[in-house]
Amino acid sequence: MSLERSFRLDGQEIPFTEGQTLMDAALAAGEYIPHLCHNPALAPHGSCRLCVVGIKGRYVSACTQPAVAGIEVDNSSAELIGYRRALVQMLFVEGNHVCPACEKSGACQLQAVAYYLGMLAPHYTHFFPRRPLDASHPEFFIDHNRCILCELCVRASRDLDGKRVFAIAGRGTGSRLVVNAPSGRLGDSGFAATDRAAHVCPVGAILPKHRGYAVPIGHRLYDQQPISRVGDVAANERDP
Amino acid sequence: MVAHRTDDAADFATSLIRAAGPDPSRLLQHLIAIQRRYSFIPPGAVGRLALGLDVTPVQITAAVEFYAFLHAEPRGDYDILFSNNITDHMQGSLTLFEALCVRLGVVPGTPRLDGRVTVDLTSCTGMCDQGPAALVNGLAVTRLNRARVDQIADLVEARTPLGDWPQELFAVADSIRRTDILLSRRETHGAGLRALLDRGVDAALAELERSGLRGRGGAGFSTAAKWRLCRDTPADAHYVVCNADEGEPGTFKDRVLLNAYADQVFEGMTLCAGVLGASQGYLYLRGEYLTLRPRLEAVLERRRQAGLLGQGILGRVGFDFDIEIHLGAGAYVCGEESALIESLEGKRGVTRKRPPFPAASGYLERPTVVDNVETLLASARILAEGAEWFREMGTSQSAGTKLLSVSGDCRAPGIYEYPYGVSVRQVLDDCGATEVQAVQVSGAAGVTLAPGEFDRVLAFEDLPTSGSFMVLDHRRDLLDLVQNFSHFFAHESCGFCTPCRVGSRLLRNLVDKVCAGRAGRYDLAEMRQIGGVMRATSHCGLGHTAPNAVLDTLTKFPEIYERRLRSDDFEPAFDLEGALAEARQLRGGEQQASGDRL
Repeated sequence: MSLERSFRLDGQEIPFTEGQTLMDAALAAGEYIPHLCHNPALAPHGSCRLCVVGIKGRYVSACTQPAVAGIEVDNSSAELIGYRRALVQMLFVEGNHVCPACEKSGACQLQAVAYYLGMLAPHYTHFFPRRPLDASHPEFFIDHNRCILCELCVRASRDLDGKRVFAIAGRGTGSRLVVNAPSGRLGDSGFAATDRAAHVCPVGAILPKHRGYAVPIGHRLYDQQPISRVGDVAANERDP
Repeated sequence: MVAHRTDDAADFATSLIRAAGPDPSRLLQHLIAIQRRYSFIPPGAVGRLALGLDVTPVQITAAVEFYAFLHAEPRGDYDILFSNNITDHMQGSLTLFEALCVRLGVVPGTPRLDGRVTVDLTSCTGMCDQGPAALVNGLAVTRLNRARVDQIADLVEARTPLGDWPQELFAVADSIRRTDILLSRRETHGAGLRALLDRGVDAALAELERSGLRGRGGAGFSTAAKWRLCRDTPADAHYVVCNADEGEPGTFKDRVLLNAYADQVFEGMTLCAGVLGASQGYLYLRGEYLTLRPRLEAVLERRRQAGLLGQGILGRVGFDFDIEIHLGAGAYVCGEESALIESLEGKRGVTRKRPPFPAASGYLERPTVVDNVETLLASARILAEGAEWFREMGTSQSAGTKLLSVSGDCRAPGIYEYPYGVSVRQVLDDCGATEVQAVQVSGAAGVTLAPGEFDRVLAFEDLPTSGSFMVLDHRRDLLDLVQNFSHFFAHESCGFCTPCRVGSRLLRNLVDKVCAGRAGRYDLAEMRQIGGVMRATSHCGLGHTAPNAVLDTLTKFPEIYERRLRSDDFEPAFDLEGALAEARQLRGGEQQASGDRL
């Protein structure tokens, strides 16, 4: 009986089982709810807020909200799309995201979600923060300019790799990704190219070295199909 | 610069770990102790703490960078922090701040070259009724004026140890102006606890329920329901936490309650423990109230001696409960209950996702009641006096009385206890406020009231409130209040979620643009839009309420913005004149020499 339960996402019946979140159920049903900090392999986080959905006029993050039978969930109203677009625009002005010069362009979730939400320009005044690039590791580098503080690498390293290589330090817009090493550099940490943490970044902040432009621009994941159809970049990445 | 002796920092860390055990939830308390001893967190201590508590060094860095009172670099031997609330500003704090910086020859926020002193600003220290206020090495100094600033400068220059400073500098008055059922009695002599033991847990919960007591922090959840929910969640341990992280700008009632009514607060915690079957409780005391700690420890010790805490409370076998004080370290967000729990566990104070709520999974993932100081005090009195005694006061949805922290432009700032349902106008009359332009109810996160709303009443039905009540008369520029609050939120946003982290800074920048007389009408629309995004999509209450003052004043006091606008249209954020100013200045000499024009 409990298997029969469902809620409605934009009027469409979405079945769910006990304990599933709105996001879990939607993903299982092949419905797309925009998100950046969510990865099904990790416990939900609810920080990017892109997956906000409307329930009775209130907004909740779909990735943390347990599914409840019979509720009506808004995933497409103009107001909601406006909020989500504003959130992406905020992320764009907070960091330094220069798509034409980024190796990740075309396979970047931030860029793909921005396209999906109809973002034409970053809109807000850029912060232009000064952020470092850490190229100390032989196989991977971190470009902090592109970090969106989704904590996927933090969580993957802690919960999947059992390493605790990363943490978030500071607060407010002073928040920053930090590496557990006396020097603070990736190359001096326990990070390895085979870590799950190396392959969960939704943007171009943690990237492999020596593999530049292996897939030409125009032929990349989101160049072919929208993110609403092909999903997360991490799920599409071939084995390293 | 005088070298801070830190060669024993690792040993000191070891002694802390030895005293408290290898418990990672102790991390923040250890860091506070280390900060107080060395004026920063020396690397040697970080390494030792990491090893001893099984946390990574970078987790410690993460915590140090999160809390405003912890520092990775040395501060001055005297660390002087001026309270930066709007009420302090109204009392002239910024002039005094600058005067002290000049007298001591320091750049704000940077230790003087000899390492003697740092002068900086900090979020509201809860002394609004006797400001301008500051903290000197964590201890509150009140009623600052030019003479006191000179006195402080002399004491610093003379290297007078803090313990030898004149005690009148540290005098904190309770300033209780109006008492009602709660404040009229200071002692309970265990009456509430005896009622619990005589009548049993179910009867006590029923009594509490009949009283209609709701949480005093502002959200107003039924206290009996919260306790019952927590008690009914099976677990190997339950916890009671008293939220004394009174960080909302303009509130100071908990300071007074903990100073003069601590017995009743601790009795409320003990009652709650009796109901839950909890054996451990925590008082999470904001770092700004460090001054109160010795007195609170003494009250706890007295209660242990009297058999009101510890093993077998009031002779009842199996009723074991004790309370420990944990300090905060300068983070407003820790007033939110789940962030408070994270902080209690020694981590950065980032709010958790909900569900689960703390009553189901809180401290160490065990069912936890987190209640406001005033709520716990009220529950102790209700059990002693009976539900009717409480229920008679207030309105249908808001039983009992509420403590208000009144400050700003009025003759008699201080604590006022009123039955719920009192009008804003009544409070203004009683505190001697005239020519009132606006009242800020519930602090920076609250609501800005215009004179047309002064007949509204303080009650959950109309204006739910944490008790902060700041009065601004007609001499004030309300935009100063908006600017102060927007800076406050940009500083206090924990940074976890996108809308609050980025939005609070965007708002702050736009408010600054208005204040600088460089904004256009387009910027006002932007502020509304950003505020709307924050309110709708933020992760926790901090982000939901951070744009309140901006949104309220845009609607109710549009003229404060209008008169500062440069144009009716779009004004670029980039300031061409400002950007060229430096170059112009550099060329000034040349220009005169050559007659050249820039």
